[in-house]
Amino acid sequence: MRKCSLEKINLLFAEIAKNAELYLPTQQTDGSAAYKKWEEGSVWSNALNTVRSPKDFFFPQTENLMKFKTEGKSIEVVDTRNALDDFVIFGVRACDVKSFDVLDRVFLTEPVDSFYALRRSHGVIISLACQRPSETCFCKTFGIDPAAPAGDISAWKTETEIFFEANTQKGKELLEKLSALTEECDDTVVSEQKEKINKFMDKLPLKNVTTDGFGGGKTKELFDLPEWDELSQACLGCGTCTFVCPTCQCYDIKDFNTGNSVIRFRCWDSCMYSDFTKMAHGNNRLSQKERFRQRFMHKLVYYPENNDGMFSCVGCGRCLAKCPISMNIVKVMKKIGGK
Amino acid sequence: MQKITREQLLAKASELLSNGTVSCVLGWGLGEFDYDVTPTIFKSVEELENGFVFNDFCGANFSKYLVNKTAKLEGKILVFLKPCDTYSFNQLLTEHRFDREKVYAVGIPCEGMADIAKVKAISGDGIAAIGSNGDKLTVTTLYDDEAIVIDTNEVLAERCINCKSKKHVAYDELMGEEGDVTQSNRFDEVARLEAMTPDERFAFWQNELSRCIRCNACRDACPACTCEKCVFDNPSSGVENKSPANSFEEKLFHIIRAYHVAGRCTDCGECSRVCPQNIPLHLLNRKFIKDMNEFYGEYQAGAEVGSRAPLVSYTTEDLEPGEVFNRGENNA
Repeated sequence: MRKCSLEKINLLFAEIAKNAELYLPTQQTDGSAAYKKWEEGSVWSNALNTVRSPKDFFFPQTENLMKFKTEGKSIEVVDTRNALDDFVIFGVRACDVKSFDVLDRVFLTEPVDSFYALRRSHGVIISLACQRPSETCFCKTFGIDPAAPAGDISAWKTETEIFFEANTQKGKELLEKLSALTEECDDTVVSEQKEKINKFMDKLPLKNVTTDGFGGGKTKELFDLPEWDELSQACLGCGTCTFVCPTCQCYDIKDFNTGNSVIRFRCWDSCMYSDFTKMAHGNNRLSQKERFRQRFMHKLVYYPENNDGMFSCVGCGRCLAKCPISMNIVKVMKKIGGK
Repeated sequence: MQKITREQLLAKASELLSNGTVSCVLGWGLGEFDYDVTPTIFKSVEELENGFVFNDFCGANFSKYLVNKTAKLEGKILVFLKPCDTYSFNQLLTEHRFDREKVYAVGIPCEGMADIAKVKAISGDGIAAIGSNGDKLTVTTLYDDEAIVIDTNEVLAERCINCKSKKHVAYDELMGEEGDVTQSNRFDEVARLEAMTPDERFAFWQNELSRCIRCNACRDACPACTCEKCVFDNPSSGVENKSPANSFEEKLFHIIRAYHVAGRCTDCGECSRVCPQNIPLHLLNRKFIKDMNEFYGEYQAGAEVGSRAPLVSYTTEDLEPGEVFNRGENNA
């Protein structure tokens, strides 16, 4: 384990940024946090987490896949991928680090999504332990320890210092490059912090939210429950929950006609939208209740069914904080869980 | 902070449900915490007793729900309307969006609603409980031994700081005291933007709208946005898009929407309340309202049922396009 005084944090950021693009949560004009590229003068936000999740780094909201250039009767297919440099994401919370595992199972299993894989291979993740979880946090429900976040390097921050532990080869290499600014230390302080965080975890109001009653094979049991009517009755059908969610991974592929070429791009889609998965025959889900049900069944039943029981929720609490009508996965789990 | 209590509203709802005046109640439903209130349909007194809440976080405007909730309704629905909600209610009636006969509207007074983000900016994360006592909120957190006392004026939602009216313009029954149209400073911020140079103003909106994630919450919560199929959701429209492909498109969506609701927007502020990125979208709509007031005389959408907005009501007194053009040269 190595540590660095917080007084030197900007030197540390500058050192990382020498070799790779560095992104970290910075404060926006409205006071919230967003991942922004570090540059001299950037201020690291104190917020618990960013409004947008870090999934953008590997699965951006919009990305061009290819371009078709037409000339006369010939069509040329152009690869629009740009060469990618290494980049470092700093300050990723334990829940969000776990979300990358959820996305990996979708994008890195055959057929591998080469766009996602390329970004993933270039990214180094420095995670950060949570010191003050919010009332909306329920990562423990999914077996995540906010005091011991995964990632290439794990970090713990105190009032005066920041501690680092490398977990992967990528992480070790990066930490070695920072050796002039860090010093070797034991894990006494970090152990104390872990203990403190775990005490807080026992006080969180959502600590008892359970996945009991959900998981693979539960489709028949849960699909036609009358509770879906009540749960979905106020849903506006907006995409806030899906777009702030670190694990929502559905996208649409569309063609954009530029006049003399066609750009094929993909963009995030939301199962809450009326034209989600619209096909030649029409739409699969005609009511908001069906769309609403799809989102939670996907996270709590269909995904685990296809992924060895892993749920596609990490308990980050963004949907709890941001839904315009305050309906969310916790309310769904409490209402229909264990039936 | 609120002068009317949960118990008074609960008693009213129970009475109207029990005596058969209404078959269901559209009210605020209890959440996991003291602030995450969900619009809920209550069908029995028991449901009301278990789940009905009313506190300083009941900001949601129920008017738009009436479009869907009355469509196949047997009997009447009771809806609680704060003064600002009644303007949306009237505007929707003007546009024939729901059947007035199916609604029993109860006007309730409102002292302004709190913004949980502002509360958290003071108390920090980890809220255990929020109590209300006169004009103070008492916030207990998981991390502090003593409760944090906050003056409610410090955490009022943006739209409530500039409340335009405490007067109800529609109801079947009124609870509490009727208020007046207030002299708000709601156009001050618009005037500040107008005073900027075009470059400064562009930079302002560029910064604000760059945070847009195109979740459509502003549109979906907006009582003026009740098209059955929005052009932005319709692949055949040619302009449909699910995400901001570039920064130009981000702006286009919001500007088109502002044009579409111009003259119909009552300035209820739902767009900014629901925005997950805190973009002050209401300022776009307010700019249109301010301009219309200046060009055509004072007009408040929803103040009465059936009124025609200046933009759809031609008179020979209307200002010539040239005058608008000249005004544009003065940078407004």
